[in-house]
Amino acid sequence: MPLLEAVNLKKSFGKTEVLKGISFSLDRGEVLAIIGSSGSGKTTLLRCLNFLELPDEGCITVGGQVLYDGADVSTLSDETIRQNRLHFGLVFQNFNLFPQYNALENVTLAPTLLKKGTQEEIDANARKLLDQVGLSDKLMNYPYQLSGGQQQRVAIARALALRPQVLCFDEPTSALDPELTGEVLRVIRGLKDRDTTMIVVTHEMDFARNVADKIIYMADGVIEEMGTPEEVFEHPQSNKTKMFLRGAQNDFS
Amino acid sequence: MSFLEVTAFLFDGFLISLLIFAVTLLCGAPLGLPIAFCSMSRFKPVKVISKVIVWIVRGVPLMLQIFIIYYVPGLLFHVPIFSRMDRFFFINYGIQDSGRIAAVLIAFSINYACYFSEIYRGGIESISRGQYEAGYVLGLTKSQIFRKIILKQVVQRIVPPMSNEIITLIKDTALANCIIVCEIIKQAKELAATKALIWPLFYTGVFYLVFVGILTIVLGRVEKKLSYFRS
Ligand SMILES: Nc1ncnc2c1ncn2[C@@H]1O[C@H](COP(=O)(O)OP(=O)(O)OP(=O)(O)O)[C@@H](O)[C@H]1O
Ligand SMILES: [Mg+2]
Repeated sequence: MPLLEAVNLKKSFGKTEVLKGISFSLDRGEVLAIIGSSGSGKTTLLRCLNFLELPDEGCITVGGQVLYDGADVSTLSDETIRQNRLHFGLVFQNFNLFPQYNALENVTLAPTLLKKGTQEEIDANARKLLDQVGLSDKLMNYPYQLSGGQQQRVAIARALALRPQVLCFDEPTSALDPELTGEVLRVIRGLKDRDTTMIVVTHEMDFARNVADKIIYMADGVIEEMGTPEEVFEHPQSNKTKMFLRGAQNDFS
Repeated sequence: MSFLEVTAFLFDGFLISLLIFAVTLLCGAPLGLPIAFCSMSRFKPVKVISKVIVWIVRGVPLMLQIFIIYYVPGLLFHVPIFSRMDRFFFINYGIQDSGRIAAVLIAFSINYACYFSEIYRGGIESISRGQYEAGYVLGLTKSQIFRKIILKQVVQRIVPPMSNEIITLIKDTALANCIIVCEIIKQAKELAATKALIWPLFYTGVFYLVFVGILTIVLGRVEKKLSYFRS
């Protein structure tokens, strides 16, 4: 049984239909990369999975438990939604660290407030995670004292601290200077080796090709093409995909 | 009258100025918060009522508001509510005791609560949505997000405009003399009228200056203390 199943997710903002029926599934430990041009609905999809937006229609199931069913209002209460969010983590494009807390406190804040263990356990786990993302010497730094790449790595540690079942990334490197993208992508690749289930929206084609187990190419709110990196990058079926990939290549040559 | 006697006489008045200052801060600052939340309410009627109140209170001279609060209840009900309150709360400073200080305190508190509410609202609305969303995604409740994430950033941002208002407030207390409350300016005018002394009126400036100097230092410290992070 897949860990995550999304079935027929639809979302409109007013008259604009942004997601037009998105279905996919993801196994435990798999990494899914979502690519697609600007405005195709990638961010909206991640926001729906994290319940920052509620889909108008569709179902989200994690580990066999139905978290959200557009047809069932009992999945809609504030408290249910808050609980459901804990199955997912989200790393934002622009980090959104809490400026008044240092790196360590950013990571420990939520586990402390949600009482996920004793203070010693929470603290030790946070230090371990920050070490894992290569920031053991920056524990006491405030966000403004960190580079973009370092801030994003704190944000990753913060998301990991709650042990989400699926960790989502929304273009984690696109707010960074090119020389800083590497350190963040390496951290994400490291998480794959620890069997973290991840969904990564990205414009980094090389990263998607080399790290992901599965690629989704989105266009205009639908999944235009889905498959292994080999299938999508080497043998794309749809013309839209071919054109998108050619465009992405031209960016770099 | 000797310099010392004049100073003591004026200082009596300045204590009233300080009383108005302190009570306005203690009542107005907390009262501004619910007004700010009402002004940001998603429930339209609450929002509209709150904004109209703020518009009126900020749009009408404070002196006029003092007159209204002092005279209108008496005109309407013929009940000296405020004078009872005065006798209950305050020492009688020798003026005809008819609720003057209570009326001033109420007018000032409401007026400043509205100004403060706009500062709070501006501060709260200036925090990016991303901060709330980062909190939501971590499974925090709305109240945890406000108390643990948003509040401190808001406080940091509103300290400079609040400092301005607070410094304006101590000078505004002079308006209380419009209904013969014996704050410092009224005391000085008293000396001009009864003792033909004009210089005490100018001397009052020193009291304000000293107090504003202290305020500036204290508020500057608060601002510095909160500047350990940047948002
Ligand atoms: N809150 C909103 N209200 C109205 N329209 C929205 C809202 N959020 C997104 N949209 C619209 O939905 C569409 C898809 O937006 P989305 O951010 O999901 O695209 P994206 O694939 O992430 O693009 P990008 O690569 O530029 O980040 C866009 O046309 C956008 O204008
Ligand atoms: Mg996006």
